[in-house]
Amino acid sequence: MTAINTILVPLKRVVDANVRVRVKPDGSGMALDGVKMSINPFDEIALEEALRIRERGEAEEIVVATIGAQVCTQQLRGGLAMGADRAILVEVGRELEPLTVARTLLALVQREDSQLVIMGKQAIDGDNNQTGQMLAALWGRPQATFASHLRFNGGVATAMREVDAGLEVIEVDLPAVVTTDLRLNEPRYTKLPDILKAKKKPLETVTLDQLNVEPETQFQVLGIEPPAQRPRGVKVGNVDELVQALRQKELI
Amino acid sequence: MARVLIVAEHDGQSLNPGTAKCVSCARTFETSAIDIAVLAGDGGAVAAQAAALAGVTGVIRVDHPANESALAAVAAPQICELASDYTHVFGPSTTFGKDLMPRVAALLGVGQLSDIMSAEGAWRFKRPFYAGNAILTVEAPQDRPVVATVRTASYQAAESTGKAPIREHAVDAALPAHTRFIETRSDSGGGRPDLQTAACVVSGGRGVGSKENFELIYRLADKLGAAVGASRAAVDSGYAGNELQVGQTGKIIAPQLYVAVGISGAIQHLTGIKDAGVIVAINTDAEAPLFEVADIGLVADLFAAVPELIEALGG
Repeated sequence: MTAINTILVPLKRVVDANVRVRVKPDGSGMALDGVKMSINPFDEIALEEALRIRERGEAEEIVVATIGAQVCTQQLRGGLAMGADRAILVEVGRELEPLTVARTLLALVQREDSQLVIMGKQAIDGDNNQTGQMLAALWGRPQATFASHLRFNGGVATAMREVDAGLEVIEVDLPAVVTTDLRLNEPRYTKLPDILKAKKKPLETVTLDQLNVEPETQFQVLGIEPPAQRPRGVKVGNVDELVQALRQKELI
Repeated sequence: MARVLIVAEHDGQSLNPGTAKCVSCARTFETSAIDIAVLAGDGGAVAAQAAALAGVTGVIRVDHPANESALAAVAAPQICELASDYTHVFGPSTTFGKDLMPRVAALLGVGQLSDIMSAEGAWRFKRPFYAGNAILTVEAPQDRPVVATVRTASYQAAESTGKAPIREHAVDAALPAHTRFIETRSDSGGGRPDLQTAACVVSGGRGVGSKENFELIYRLADKLGAAVGASRAAVDSGYAGNELQVGQTGKIIAPQLYVAVGISGAIQHLTGIKDAGVIVAINTDAEAPLFEVADIGLVADLFAAVPELIEALGG
């Protein structure tokens, strides 16, 4: 019997990290038509870690879940191809605030009786860095955020966290929420046979109603604008000119 | 009127400058109180520093053995206990604040705002998202507390010219034992200025090529009295520690002078340096995106240019 039966890994569909997104000229949102969408890179790291835990025989099963429109099944299929056992789509037609996302994830945790949630520390679109911490709070369980190393010993997880001062080691009792930082692992590439196999894995669709979650919008968006541009600089020809320029600006 | 509670970040001895920046943010709108909560094992020294910050109206000192190390799961219920007297609860947008404030918000049953870069009144805020490619203006409802992190690069630290009263508060909340601090490991610094508050920062990227070559970055930094930073590529490659990473998912900084050496300038890196006073880029690739935001660019081999620069700064 392993300590963990089900690891829940939430995946968010986001604009690919290599796309340079811009604000629409009318300020109504981001220009996202036709841009490449991917699994949030931090979530991919979370799934990779879950796979390694299962491969070490420390967990039974991995469930990937996402909250969004039908099109998000692309990312769930991607997660299944990487190696998750099954997937859940919580079908929602609009963007939810992190608190509602956390409430939805809590409902999934309870439904699946999961002992461990591993998820990205932030999504690269909203840049909120909130949902894992909120889920842990609502669940009344520990959080190990910004993890760069993770090991289990029975019902206890030891996490190394990337903090401003360097690295911090904490110990948390399971069940717990772990959020991932960049150095936790390097996600595997999926192979074609795995992509084909993923098509046969179970993918279930549920609604917020079925999970008894009432979506709540707290913050009213008044506008979206592009950031201020820095004025174009100058190129210097050599180190002497660089030193001159710095002296002129009284920086050295 | 708004009453703001700020959660102090500290190491048991010194108040982190992020706290003074939260005070500066709160001072940009009308308030009837700006109080600072100091959770510590023995918060005497830190509470005194917090009380000295200009604009602060009071300091609440919460001493408890469980507060010896900062653990979000332990601190959050204590902050919630204090929060009922306030309309706003702020923390710095550092790893400390990012870990803690969402937990506080969820326990209070409210959402959280991340990375406030400006306040237009007490209920309207701007924050960056999409790696700083867009700025969002949001309005928070007035019928519940505003829990937020403050983007430290957007504010100057409040000065230490005040003298607010300090009161002690005993912990009533039940504190969880499911999360335990083991240790902190830090191998960088070497007496150099702190990356997040330094007036000058020298950063190295993939172009530096190895951990050994990164010594060149340290030498230039020491010549300039600068802190050292790194791009994600340099940290991933093991040239520098994670605490040096500058960018969307690392540290967001605003030094007067930023010198980027061998950094191409991925958008995720640029978002971490946008508020720098002057950006200098040294790179062999004239097409590197960093040159688009650099005030002064030098297209050159860093292994020739940096030693030459160190020599020229000789003194």
